[in-house]
Formats: sequence, C-alpha cells, structure tokens
Amino acid sequence: MTTAARKLGSEQGLSVARSGYDVERIRAGFPILQKQIRGKPLVYLDNAATSQKPRAVIDALVRYYEESNSNVHRGVHYLSERATEEFEGARRTVQGFLNAASAHEIIFVRGTTEGINLVAHSYGRSHIGAGDEVLITGMEHHSNIVPWQMVCQEKGATLRAAPINDAGELIFEEFEKLLGPKTKLVGVTHISNALGTINPVRKIIELAHSRNVPVLVDGAQAVPHQSVDVQELDCDFYVFSGHKVFGPTGIGVLYGKSALLEAMPPYQGGGDMIRSVTFEKTVYNQLPYKFEAGTPDIAGAIGLGAALDYVTGIGLDKIAAYEHEVLEYATRAVSSVPGVRLIGTAKEKAGVLSFLIGDVHPHDIGTILDQEGIAIRTGHHCSQPVMERFNIPATARASLALYNTKEEIDVLVRGIEKVREVFA
Amino acid sequence: MSDLRDLYQDVILEHCKAPRNYRELPAADHKAEGFNPLCGDRFTVYLALDGDVIRDISFQGTGCAISKASASMMTQMLKGKTREEAEKLFGRFHDLVTGHAAAGAEAEIGKLAVFSGVSEFPVRVKCATLAWHTLQAALEGKQEAISTE
Repeated sequence: MTTAARKLGSEQGLSVARSGYDVERIRAGFPILQKQIRGKPLVYLDNAATSQKPRAVIDALVRYYEESNSNVHRGVHYLSERATEEFEGARRTVQGFLNAASAHEIIFVRGTTEGINLVAHSYGRSHIGAGDEVLITGMEHHSNIVPWQMVCQEKGATLRAAPINDAGELIFEEFEKLLGPKTKLVGVTHISNALGTINPVRKIIELAHSRNVPVLVDGAQAVPHQSVDVQELDCDFYVFSGHKVFGPTGIGVLYGKSALLEAMPPYQGGGDMIRSVTFEKTVYNQLPYKFEAGTPDIAGAIGLGAALDYVTGIGLDKIAAYEHEVLEYATRAVSSVPGVRLIGTAKEKAGVLSFLIGDVHPHDIGTILDQEGIAIRTGHHCSQPVMERFNIPATARASLALYNTKEEIDVLVRGIEKVREVFA
Repeated sequence: MSDLRDLYQDVILEHCKAPRNYRELPAADHKAEGFNPLCGDRFTVYLALDGDVIRDISFQGTGCAISKASASMMTQMLKGKTREEAEKLFGRFHDLVTGHAAAGAEAEIGKLAVFSGVSEFPVRVKCATLAWHTLQAALEGKQEAISTE
C-alpha cells in the first residue's frame, strides 16, 4: 500500500468512526477477505455476481450439520423437531427482513431464477392467454426475461420491454404507454445488475395497480444494499437470492401476497407439498408448503437466516449510506482515468460500476486486474439486451458490498492504469 | 507482471491493434460465424478454396486481444495451405495453448508460438481457439453459428 493510500485509509477511518461504520471490523468477520490472490491481497469487487460469506453464516451451516441435521416436517424425534424449528425460524427471519404480513408468504426456492420461474409457471400459465402481454424493462437480467418469454410463447402472448435512456434509466413515460389493457403482469428489477440503476419500483407498482396489473420485483441486487419493505412497496411478488446477500448458494426467497399464492396451482409435485395422496386424487398442502415439494435446502435456509440477521445487525440504512459514499468515491476516481467510459450513470444508483477502457476488450481488462488480485466481472452480465442498447459487446463491472473500502478502489484505479500501460 | 507479458506479447498486441486480413471476402465460398457467449466475442471467418487449397482467407468481428490476434495470425498462416495442413496446425495450436505441446513442436507452429502464454490462463483458451473453431466450421460447411460453450 502506498503512503498516500495509507493516509487516505486513516482519514477514511476517521469519517467512518463518525458514522459508526467500522469497515475494518466488518472485514475481519469475512475469512476469505484475509486471503492473498496471486500474492496480492484480495480485492473482491464481483459482489453483484455473488457475495462473500461472513464467519457467522459459515458457523451457522457447520452448527446445523454438527448439531441439528435431520429432515424437516416429518419425524417425531428430537433432531427432526429441532431442524424444523430452525428451518421455520429462518422463514420468520425472512418475513421480518422483508416485513411480510405473514410467514406463509415466504416460499423457499433455489434462488431468484427459480422464484421467477415459479411465478411464470404457476401464476403466469394460469393468467396469461392468447393476445395478452407481459411487460418488463429494457434492463432486466436474463432470468427476468426468459421465463416470461417461455410462457408467452406457449400461450401466444407477447413480451414487451420498456426502453431505457442513455443514462440507463427506465423511460417512465414509455413504460406507462406500454402498460395497456392487454398487460397481465409486470416484471421489473429493483436494481439493475449491469448498470446499478435503482428503479422507481414504488411508482411502477402504484401505476400498475391502478390498472389492476400485478407486479413481480426482482430484488436480487437490492436486498444486500438497502432495506426492503414489501408491504410498503405493495408488490405482489418479490424474489431474491441468498448468495448475493452473504448467505449460501442454492437458497432464495419468493415472497407473494397470500391471496395470490393461495389461488395459484403448485409448481412442482412431490413430498411435503401434499396433504393427502391417493392414486385418484391429491389434496395439496397449505402455504407455504404447497410450493416447497421435496426436502428443502434446510442448511441453506438456516444459513440465509444467519446472513439476514448479520446485515440487520449492522443496519441496512448504515450499509446503504456507506456504500453510497464508496460508490461516489469510485465513480469520481474511475471516471477521471483518461479513456474510461462509464456505462450506467443513473441519478439513482447502487454500487455497480460498469466501464470500458478505450477500445480494450473487457475480457483483457479482467485478466490484467486479476493479476493484481482484483476480482471483477467481465462480459454481458446475463443482460445481453442492455449491451445491445449501448451497442457494446460487454463491459468490465466492479460491484460493491458492505466490506469494500476506498483503498480497494485506489487499487482498482492503479489496475486500470496498468491496463492502459499494457495496451498503450 | 511477467506472466502478463507472457500472455500479452508485443506481437499479439500489435495484431490486436492492426489485424491482418480483416475484411469481408466477396469471393468467399465458405464462411462461418463463431460466438463465445461467455464474453460476447463474435467472429466471421471467410474462405475461398481452390480445390483443397485455401486460396484466400479473412475475418471480421469483435473480441478480446487474444481472440482477435489469434484470428489475425491464423489468416496469415493459412493462406496457401491445404485443408489437411490447416487441421493439423489447429491441432498443434490447440496443444500449445492448453499446455500439451510436444517437445520440438515449435518448428511446425512458427509465429503462433507467441500464444504459448495462454496455457497459464486456462479461461483464455477459448479466446485463443475461437477463430480456429470457426475456421473448422467454415471448412465443414456448417450453417449454424458455432459456439464455444
């Protein structure tokens, strides 16, 4: 670390002390952040892809397997009872985290992708018919495009996408125009993974509801960075992945309003989702189990509960304020390097910096930064329509989490300068 | 940094900046499109054959330095070669970038030896071989765009 960086670090320490946000203490709780990569301290800036895990989450997983492991909702024995208690406790943690009205509105799924597929398959196929439309935005992740495309194709419906402007913001008037009498459902990302744009979801939901159209919000990029209140948003469905919010992979959440979920047919059949089965007729279980066929990812759910407790313990408002400060610093620092162009400059933005350096291909940027121990993502970020909108094949993307520091941004900037040297 | 220089040798950077045979080939009788969905690299390779001999070859598209330089040098190497020679060279090149080159293979591979550094970067092997896979598809007369995935 240079003297300048160290000085900056200590100044930062002061400003952080004032806000009560101790990033060094937070970092100490993440074992992987103590690692060296290629002989250099790891600078992990690929958080929009997946986040690192705090000790608290890793311990919760180990504790579960060492002390409580058993199947849930079945056995009468001690361990099964205990596993069930912990699993359902995690559900209540998620309920509290999203401020859902009831715990049975929380469905455990594998991740955001499965959550959207569940809604598309169950709600979509029973409510979308020939000539109908599904409305999304031009900044969706493929996981909020393809499931709708599949339903539309099957039903003879049409998928519409509201355009975005040069800053990467939804053009609200265009969205309003496309929201017509044929629209049966709106799917919108809370925060864009490729651009960082925060969508005005409250306003979108209000408008859609005024026309009796339900709204699904893809919250994968939102929950790690800001507090979410599904009752205040009044969204009909909200989905997110555990692994992006410091929890394990393989677990995610679909929140749905009771009335909608009650009326929806099951997604998958199997054990746990039934009340009684004969060869003639099956009676489905009540919520949330109707949508949780088979043995769930028990450890994953418990780990997710620990992760949500972890971020709640720090405070999502504090996290949001801190990350905003780092993002502003990063935006200034990165965009001041000659030849750097930022993709995604929305006024309302969360911790994503998508950028290009001259005509250097992002893949080359990624390899050179990797040699410096810096992990970023390069490519289309599962958002090919966004790349097409900006007429670029790919971007380099640095994405922040609660443990990133301004010093790490300085390392990133030096890495970017190295890219310019190699490709001078 | 030394590893990085092994990958981004001057010859590679130079071909990336000024790719050779970078144009559409009006007289092409074979062409194919290659796509790497992981990073968005996309190239079209054009061929004009004279019997079994590659009379002319060119390419167009977008991609990283490694994929572009590889395509550029491939077109230089293959002009005047037969199909069989092209296939054989691809085999040698593939061995080189995957770190399986036999001792003494440098003589056959010539200038392409600058890509030896790729073997230290396994995720970049697809970049280096994209143009070659596309060439193969063009020679086989495949209609669908080929993909590295």
